[in-house]
Amino acid sequence: MSSIGLEKPRSLPVEISYASLGKKVLMAVTGLVAFAYILGHMLGNLQIFIGRERLNDYAEFLHSLGWFLWVIRVCLFAFFAVHVWKGIQLKLENWASRPTRYVKNNTVQASLSSRTMIWTGLAVLSFIVYHILHFTVRVTNPQYQSMVDGLGRPDVYSMVIAGYQNSLIAVVYIIAVGLVCYHLTHGIASMFQSVGLNNPRLQPLLDKIGWTLAVIIFLGFISIPLAVMFGYLQPLAGGM
Amino acid sequence: MNFTLHVWRQKNARDKGRMETYRAHDITPDMSFLEMLDVVNEELVEKGTEPIHFDHDCREGICGACSLVINGIPHGGKKGCTTCELRMRNFKDGDEIYVEPFRAKALPVVKDLMVDRSALDRIMQAGGFVSVSTGAVPDGNAIPVPKAVADKAMDAAACIGCGACIAACKNASAMLFVAAKVSHLVHLPQGQVERERRVRNMVAQMDKEGFGNCTNYYECEAVCPKSISVEVIAKMNREYLKALTKPVK
Repeated sequence: MSSIGLEKPRSLPVEISYASLGKKVLMAVTGLVAFAYILGHMLGNLQIFIGRERLNDYAEFLHSLGWFLWVIRVCLFAFFAVHVWKGIQLKLENWASRPTRYVKNNTVQASLSSRTMIWTGLAVLSFIVYHILHFTVRVTNPQYQSMVDGLGRPDVYSMVIAGYQNSLIAVVYIIAVGLVCYHLTHGIASMFQSVGLNNPRLQPLLDKIGWTLAVIIFLGFISIPLAVMFGYLQPLAGGM
Repeated sequence: MNFTLHVWRQKNARDKGRMETYRAHDITPDMSFLEMLDVVNEELVEKGTEPIHFDHDCREGICGACSLVINGIPHGGKKGCTTCELRMRNFKDGDEIYVEPFRAKALPVVKDLMVDRSALDRIMQAGGFVSVSTGAVPDGNAIPVPKAVADKAMDAAACIGCGACIAACKNASAMLFVAAKVSHLVHLPQGQVERERRVRNMVAQMDKEGFGNCTNYYECEAVCPKSISVEVIAKMNREYLKALTKPVK
């Protein structure tokens, strides 16, 4: 045996990026940021039910942030990239740590969501790429570029309704949101454990909170495509 | 009782290994799983065949030597039981039983169902100890430890180091084992000297050995023959974060 333990102390950033526990802390912290963003995004979206004016005002407000909006976007991207990068890295290491698989596999209590994090995560990642191209960059549906409201602002309200009047887009969106929330059912409780904020009394409560938040977020997001599909939200309704 | 056994056979560490099928005849329900294997082995020896090799020692659930993944669950899935304590009455007559060695890159198969668990010893050498002064034996109760604290330490110290947590973990992570050792010593006054160094060294050694990362499946606590809770993992995560903020002594 050559050496045991730490040969020399590693600095905090090195430890956080390379030690198994450090990587998990990064997953938890970046996951928390992503979760906070999802929650904010849902609350922003739900303003569509107040009306066209309100949603377009909100979009205009975000755009009026100018350089600060870009700071937020870059930060979010960085957090998200670390979450994806570390998630993939952890998974590859985990696969490598058991080169010979069991002939007979069995699971006692690990939830399906915990065992499918990499797949739900990668599916959500591909959806996010599409979602940004769809609504933010507007290249998949270039006709959105010309949608403006009476004040000459980008008409987000009409874009959303036009988007979800296409059932294929709406169904893909609902499935993707479902996957995000399924990812969260494990992720929310898991982030507490990864930073050490857990004990046997707290555990069942955290699991319940995780599931409840995931369900609330799921219902919040899918209410919009469903409202469009069932005709509750109509083009140009809610008026100027 | 009669059983059909599918057992992993592997000549040595370099051999590829394969599953082989055996019949276990006239097994009494009160036999332990290992005693059942003894019966099968006697028959194999009589036939002049190489017996099935497996680790065992105390056969009373305290040494941590026995292993085996039985039907995909380390120690066979009876709560709080090691393989040597598992009785054949927990199976149905005529059952097909799959018996495999613990699977992890860091725990390579030596022969058949025996694995090399010295990676766990090296993790212990990295920090699973306390500094003591040499000299006369200290008085047993010289250092007061509150009962509740002693209980917490003992819950973690119940770990027998069998490695079932690693075998059960989908990532072959050794977190429950390492966390039990860290959590055991961190609760006690004797464990304070190496407090920060211990967690960092043991985690570094765990990583070096090629174990996987914890993704909070909690399969480990479900199969732990000493029912050690994943609470100790949360404790270690906390200790680790605290240790990072302090200079290594």
